[in-house]
Amino acid sequence: MVPATQVQQRNAQTHQLANGLVLVGEPTDAVQSAALSLLVPSGYSNDPVDRLGLSSLLCDMVLRGAGERDSRALINDLEVLGVERGESVGVSQTTFSAATVATNLEEALGVYADIVRRPHLPENQLEAGKLVCLQELHGVDDEPSQRLMLELRRRTYAQPWGRSSLGDESGITGSTSTDVRDYWSRHFRPQGAILGVAGNFDWDRLVGRVEELFADWESTDIPPAVELPNEELPTHILQESNQCHIGIAFPSVPYRDPDYLRAWAAVGVLSGGMSSRLFTEVREKRGLCYTVNASLQTQRERARVLCYAGTTAERAQETLDVTFAELIKLRDGVEQGELDRLKARIKSGLIMQQESTSSRSGAIARDWYHLGRIRSLEEVGGQVDAMTSQDINEFLQAHPPSDFTFVTLGPAELELPKVE
Amino acid sequence: MKFLSHTLDNGLEIVAEQNDAAHSLGVGFFVRAGARDETDEIAGVSHFLEHMVFKGTPRRSAEDVNREFDELGAHYNAFTSEENTVYYAAVLPEYQDPTIDLLADIMRPSLREDDFQMEKKVIIEEIQMYADQPPFGMDDKIKEIHYGTHPLARSVLGTVDTVSALSTDQMHQYFTSRYSPGNVFVSAAGKVDFDALVKQVTECCGDWESQPISRDIPPVDSKATFHHVYRESASQQYILQLADAPASENKDRFAAKLMATMLGDDSGSRMYWEMVDPGLAESASVGHYEYLGAGMFFSWISCDPGASAANYQRAAQLQEQAEQDGFTAEELRQAQSKVKARVVLGSERPRNRLFNVGGNWMQRREYRSVADDLASVDAVTLDDVHRVLAEYPLTRHSTVVIGPLEEWAE
Repeated sequence: MVPATQVQQRNAQTHQLANGLVLVGEPTDAVQSAALSLLVPSGYSNDPVDRLGLSSLLCDMVLRGAGERDSRALINDLEVLGVERGESVGVSQTTFSAATVATNLEEALGVYADIVRRPHLPENQLEAGKLVCLQELHGVDDEPSQRLMLELRRRTYAQPWGRSSLGDESGITGSTSTDVRDYWSRHFRPQGAILGVAGNFDWDRLVGRVEELFADWESTDIPPAVELPNEELPTHILQESNQCHIGIAFPSVPYRDPDYLRAWAAVGVLSGGMSSRLFTEVREKRGLCYTVNASLQTQRERARVLCYAGTTAERAQETLDVTFAELIKLRDGVEQGELDRLKARIKSGLIMQQESTSSRSGAIARDWYHLGRIRSLEEVGGQVDAMTSQDINEFLQAHPPSDFTFVTLGPAELELPKVE
Repeated sequence: MKFLSHTLDNGLEIVAEQNDAAHSLGVGFFVRAGARDETDEIAGVSHFLEHMVFKGTPRRSAEDVNREFDELGAHYNAFTSEENTVYYAAVLPEYQDPTIDLLADIMRPSLREDDFQMEKKVIIEEIQMYADQPPFGMDDKIKEIHYGTHPLARSVLGTVDTVSALSTDQMHQYFTSRYSPGNVFVSAAGKVDFDALVKQVTECCGDWESQPISRDIPPVDSKATFHHVYRESASQQYILQLADAPASENKDRFAAKLMATMLGDDSGSRMYWEMVDPGLAESASVGHYEYLGAGMFFSWISCDPGASAANYQRAAQLQEQAEQDGFTAEELRQAQSKVKARVVLGSERPRNRLFNVGGNWMQRREYRSVADDLASVDAVTLDDVHRVLAEYPLTRHSTVVIGPLEEWAE
């Protein structure tokens, strides 16, 4: 379905270091930039229960000086290299993303090797790091939709998978310098680490550079996080706001599941484009909200569909009822026309993804994490092309939306739908 | 990359940056219509009209419009600002024709009464949504106290009251004058077939009737004012500051952007090291925004309420220091590297180039290549930066503080 003229043959390459670190790369000379995504197996699911937020605190601390650079030199040097960067802590990983002009890639990689392998973790900046984390934690209280989604995840996943990466007040405040250092030495390790690079670079040279920077990174062993049952939490959170925020979740299949594409397409029919069902029924036909959406959020072993709608309090009940009715209606299947539109969007999305080295470096690293291999855009395109509405409907029959989790946030409680 | 342009007989212009190596193209209709063109009676009409444009034409229902955009696999949207309304789509090259057909058609919307009443509810939801989020409407408030009766003080969204009171007749009237062909242009970037574009736009838009239209660009007579708002339910304290800055026609705008980068970029700036790195503020930044006849240095601090008075002082000190002692060559070099890398990274996507090409045409009716922008960034000297600071002192600003603090002693 994706014509050869539009997808350049970009061959992803992989190289595993003896210590376990996997390098995946997708070189192209069609751009002037290069981007990297470095995934380190340090996620919030590993935070000790009395230190929630420790992985986020560590993520802040590793940037406060590393290798031969102090805190200020580190940030300044990245800026002089023109690095657009970002860091995030997920359930199982901390991700460092960076994009810059291709000629600066090797030098930027050197800085990132220092960040993950030789951070100073300066004791005299621990308070500053904690304050940064606390500010973020408090900031979410002023963002009702964000807060609602955190509460929804907390309720729909078993612990520790549904935690907030921001942690909690006592976990951050209680963390010591020793906690941070121990956590770093156990979790920042090459096994399970993935480095994705996309853009204008020479593969063989990159392999040499990565070997030079990471080959002597030592392995450690840590036990996997243990699943715990959830505590009972209320389904409504009182907040004096104009709008009421509604969250609904239900289980789906993760990225590595052979049914993932079908599950994802079903959610695309629900919410993706302005002709999708939720947008049409909730916003266009009834004018109930400005924002309504659903997305499939995947972890390695589990996944959920998360739906959100925000509306003024007096129309919240109708919004909840109409949104929920669409989730139930999905059990009856999707139509060919809906799938065709979705395919058109996926196709253009795949081709446009080539125009961003940041997107590609993230995508290939993510593929490796979930699948242990990298799919080319052609392969994904072929799978999408082969998908029929019957495939999706078979999936929906086998996995009808059910086992719902609800949470609302706003000035008044709503009546939750009765679920058969 | 090649720049191409064409003007129709009715005044509608077409501008494009053609890049045959691109995989996609971005195309948009740019309208010189925004909050600054409104009056009290029709406050919010530009933005409301932007929503109504997707509600159908004599040839298409609202559902048709949504469905067709999705069938093209388009990444599409629209936005309204103080001075523009932009409708755009990024698509694969084989969909250029149907995309133009659709975009050109919706630019002549039916503005049907029942759609109007339905969409009014959505707009009111949008207003309520923003009212619940930081800075709780204070972005409008600070423009109001700084600019007084100047058109740039107008709110893009309007209020629940003004939007509720709007009628389709008022919208029609506004549409007829503001969406006149001389006030609209088409911009495209990426893998564009320019001849086909011109031919099709001529067919679709050649019969649009021209209307005399002008825009009021009065000089700015700003006031440095202070305003405190108590909001018990907020968790953090927010400090917004607005100072005058070089306007979009001013050559010093690159120096202004570099100054803002050195003082208040998200990372590695003076405000970052003074407040964000030590964890004293959740965020502390300043940006330069350009409009016709006016520019803004807009600063933003969000932080723990207990730390807000001290942060306010820190910001004041940094502003004074910048004005008195200026910046260093090393800071300028770092900011230039950073801004140039952003220009290069951003330029790889046709949809980003679309906004760059369209924005330059909107503001100055000029084309600027990536190389032009890189050269302009490189050409800025410390003298330029210091001249900007002398002409547009940061210390002369309006401030709005909002949060859970009941009292604020300035």
